[in-house]
Amino acid sequence: MRLDPRTTDRLFSIFFRVHALIVVCVLLAILFLIAIKGLPQLSPAFLLQSPKDMGREGGIFPFIVGTFLLVFLSLLLAIPLGVGTAVFLTEYRREGRLTAFIRFGVESLAGIPSILYGLFGFIFFVIRLKMGLSLMAGVLTIMIMVLPTIIRTSEEAIKAVPRQLRLVSHSLGATKWETIVGVVLPKASPGILTGIMLSVGRAVGETAALIFTMGCSLRLPTSLADSGRTLAVHFYILAREGISMEKAYGTAFVLVFAILLVNLLAYYLMHKAMERLS
Amino acid sequence: MEREKIRVQGLKVEAQGRPVLKGIDISFFENRITGVMGPCGSGKTTLIYAINRMIDFEEGLRVEGHIFLDGEEILTHPNPVEVRRKVGTVFALPIPLPRSVHENIAYGLRLKGIKDRQRIDYLVEDSLKKAFLWDEVKDRLHSSATKLSGGQQQRLCLARTLALQPEVILLDEPTSGLDPISTGKIEEALKELKKRYTIVFVSNNTKQVARLCDLTAFFYMGELVEYAPTDRIFTNPKERTTEDYIRGKFG
Repeated sequence: MRLDPRTTDRLFSIFFRVHALIVVCVLLAILFLIAIKGLPQLSPAFLLQSPKDMGREGGIFPFIVGTFLLVFLSLLLAIPLGVGTAVFLTEYRREGRLTAFIRFGVESLAGIPSILYGLFGFIFFVIRLKMGLSLMAGVLTIMIMVLPTIIRTSEEAIKAVPRQLRLVSHSLGATKWETIVGVVLPKASPGILTGIMLSVGRAVGETAALIFTMGCSLRLPTSLADSGRTLAVHFYILAREGISMEKAYGTAFVLVFAILLVNLLAYYLMHKAMERLS
Repeated sequence: MEREKIRVQGLKVEAQGRPVLKGIDISFFENRITGVMGPCGSGKTTLIYAINRMIDFEEGLRVEGHIFLDGEEILTHPNPVEVRRKVGTVFALPIPLPRSVHENIAYGLRLKGIKDRQRIDYLVEDSLKKAFLWDEVKDRLHSSATKLSGGQQQRLCLARTLALQPEVILLDEPTSGLDPISTGKIEEALKELKKRYTIVFVSNNTKQVARLCDLTAFFYMGELVEYAPTDRIFTNPKERTTEDYIRGKFG
């Protein structure tokens, strides 16, 4: 039996709406759970004090600082390296064996489980380069981990910039470099930002690779050689060791809403910048 | 005849073994608008791209011959950026940079090394006036150029080129995407501008070439078929293909 085309359309419309609804429900359920369990833990003291008794009491201030330092420093290294590689692949090389090889390498890198990055960071940075469990070793490991994301997204964004725009820039007396900096990268920046935000997410949420490289000291890291914890690592240890589920949810709440805030802020700034540009 | 500004000598261009231009000899003169017309694929755009060295960005081309600008070789000029500053280009489609109206013009000026703000503001205003656009955009210099209409965008592209004070202006079918009124404004601007520049105007609109250009060159299949004063070529073409093209038998 054939259905009336309008009925079919309506059925599929409902079908896909249900899909979207399920996704949103899952997301809301997670946020709701974390808010319910975590919100009561929230207080100025929780945000601004150091932990006591392994985190059963006190706050999470050192871990907020640790998370911020780790994300900021690893992206500070990964963004120029990643965007630079993307510019090289798209602007300075014709498609050939070298670009294919680099792209293959980047894609393989993206598929490696984070625990292996942790193992590599431990063997190479911590032991071989004698950095010890330190912020420095964590930063370098996370940098390598997020590079593939940044390279791939930047590459796609740069490729999407119309060729005509480059020609116009050249016709106005710009060199290749001036064209890349003045026209191509600004035009590609929303796409590049997407890659950066995905990387922030990965860095903030990472635990396995960091326990091996940055360690899990409870103290406030004050130099690159200090060990320290991120919020995610703290959450993992609190929950895994059964130290305090309440404090774990409090930490999770701070973590999730910090990510949300950073995302909103980044897209707001981007939107502002794009309004001015285009 | 006015002074010769550009001389093209035996220009041959091949793309993957397929000839695009088959040995072109042509001169362009100061204070003249020279029309270059011909059907698609006749090599008009390639000629333009050779003169301002945009040809450098095309892959797999083989270029032979000479192009002289005031007697100086362009094709092998060690500094193509220098060439492009002397030879300004307006493309077929208006492509503003994703910046404000003001910044679209200031971009090239800064690249040229002009840092002084007042000087830049002056040149922006001056070039917009020359492109007959100033009155329409003077109140929104700092809003995005992509919000202008197509005709305004194309005049902005012209202004952007004029601001750099080139010696030659190449226009590659600059009105092909515009309405008749915008086209009229561009033509008006060009008639004014020829007093100071050498203008090469590529178009496949024969009527436009007839009313705007002083000299007309007809290109067909990579060859220069005929080159003469516009009056002569439209009233008394020497070649059969030229006549057929003008009468609209193909194109």
